[in-house]
Amino acid sequence: MTFFLNLQRIIKSGFIAFWRTGTVSLASLLVFTVTLLVIGGLLLGTAVFDAALTQIKGKVDITVYILPGTPETDILNLQKSIEQLPEVKQVIYRSDDEVLAEFKETHANNSLILQSIDELDGENPLRAELNIQAKDPRELASIETFLTNKSIISRNDGTGIIEKINSENEKNKEAIERFIAFTDSVEALGLYVAIFTALVAVLVTFNTIRLAIYTSKEEISIMKLVGASDNYVRGPFIVEGIMYGLFSALITLALLYPITKWISPVTKNFFGSINLFEYYIANFPVLFLTLVGVGVVLGVVSSLFAIRRYLKV
Amino acid sequence: MKLKKTFKMIYFDNVSKRYYDDTHALLDVNFSIEPGELVSIVGHSGAGKTTLLKLILAEEFPTDGKVFFESSDIKTLRKKELLGLRRRVGMIFQDFRLLPHKTAYENIRFAMEAAGKSEDEIQADTPHVLELVGLEDKIWNFPHELSGGEKQRVAIARAIVNQPDIIIADEPTGNLDPINAYDIIEILKKVNEMGKTVILTTHNKGVIDALGKRVITLDKGKIVRDDSKGKYIL
Repeated sequence: MTFFLNLQRIIKSGFIAFWRTGTVSLASLLVFTVTLLVIGGLLLGTAVFDAALTQIKGKVDITVYILPGTPETDILNLQKSIEQLPEVKQVIYRSDDEVLAEFKETHANNSLILQSIDELDGENPLRAELNIQAKDPRELASIETFLTNKSIISRNDGTGIIEKINSENEKNKEAIERFIAFTDSVEALGLYVAIFTALVAVLVTFNTIRLAIYTSKEEISIMKLVGASDNYVRGPFIVEGIMYGLFSALITLALLYPITKWISPVTKNFFGSINLFEYYIANFPVLFLTLVGVGVVLGVVSSLFAIRRYLKV
Repeated sequence: MKLKKTFKMIYFDNVSKRYYDDTHALLDVNFSIEPGELVSIVGHSGAGKTTLLKLILAEEFPTDGKVFFESSDIKTLRKKELLGLRRRVGMIFQDFRLLPHKTAYENIRFAMEAAGKSEDEIQADTPHVLELVGLEDKIWNFPHELSGGEKQRVAIARAIVNQPDIIIADEPTGNLDPINAYDIIEILKKVNEMGKTVILTTHNKGVIDALGKRVITLDKGKIVRDDSKGKYIL
């Protein structure tokens, strides 16, 4: 009973203190909001960046052209055996008819090309193909080695089914390696920048709470001299810390709505497929929990650390 | 360690307090205060008055000797017992030390809440102490909206609301004009007549002479006079 009575009084006292120390509360709230905006921005930025990198990496692939007349079952068997490789992300099969249809669609405005195709009297000059994407572009070489193994790529009668493996990767080997090294560096740098930025933001917040509590150090000593226990003195400051975290998280989430909406077309132009605003809406529950969680933990931990020294009266 | 003379409220047994720079704030101080006494402690600045009060409140501990609160050596008290001791002492300060963001009523209420008093007790006792200090019409004012005398009245109300055994007043009239100082002393006398032990430090000769009660005079950390119906002599 006493516990709940004290808890009720502490919460009420925290609310009143938050309201009455208006300027200090507002300043703390602003710093908390900036911190959570930085953290929220990092979360969204990382998502966009990861998606962009995955997209770019996905563009580095191998295309296997199949000899004309190869039965589809052989092609599908080959597809299956390639898919079983651990380094393969996906294998897309397109029949020669599909490739031709796509070619015609692509060149629909070029009557010369379309006429040339028609002149072949129904013969399809294009090949069925298997498009292979690796989980990591560095694995493309080993996939190519696999494809050159004749026992795997032969028909039942012993003849081969692969006409050609695109040699773009071989030609661009150096470029691909440089690209991979670049993306690795960017990923590592991004992580360090994210950690550093988050750390700075957290330290600034911590110092703000320290200053806010420093302004109350006289008040704390009075409370102690009046006979209040450590927990009774500490309680309202922790409630204030929770309120800073909670309100700033809500403000941050509200601010991210127009920000992501506004910035979304820019990121789409720059990074391609990902729509930041849609990502924000789709991941709102996760963002809400993360920002509220980070805000509240930050508020509580900062308050606990900051008040500790002033309780030694 | 327990003291045999349990009837003493406060007992200083050969107490010395030395600070880090080796200066003595108190030197071989011996005295006792009995329940219900009103004792004034006088002395020049730096004589050791505030240190003496801090030792009673266990804000500081003696370098040598022992300070007893009833039968308990204050130095041996555990944190929880120390909290209990502080709740049996009502403090009044020269600079009032009111909580700035709480109204007069809330300042008094806070002391009761900190002592774990119920809502019924708070509702019953707060108006009573406010009436005692003559501040019924200013209960919703914040400290910055009160005069010095009014602030000190709130501080006294806060100090006595939990019905402590001892009231310690450190220069309670130091920041007040003579009229307010007189009023505050009258209130403290009234509190003492209610059976509370009152210990106050002061520079105010008029206050001491008007009280006509026991006076302990300190000089350079030593007790130089202890008169049961003393005058302010320095």
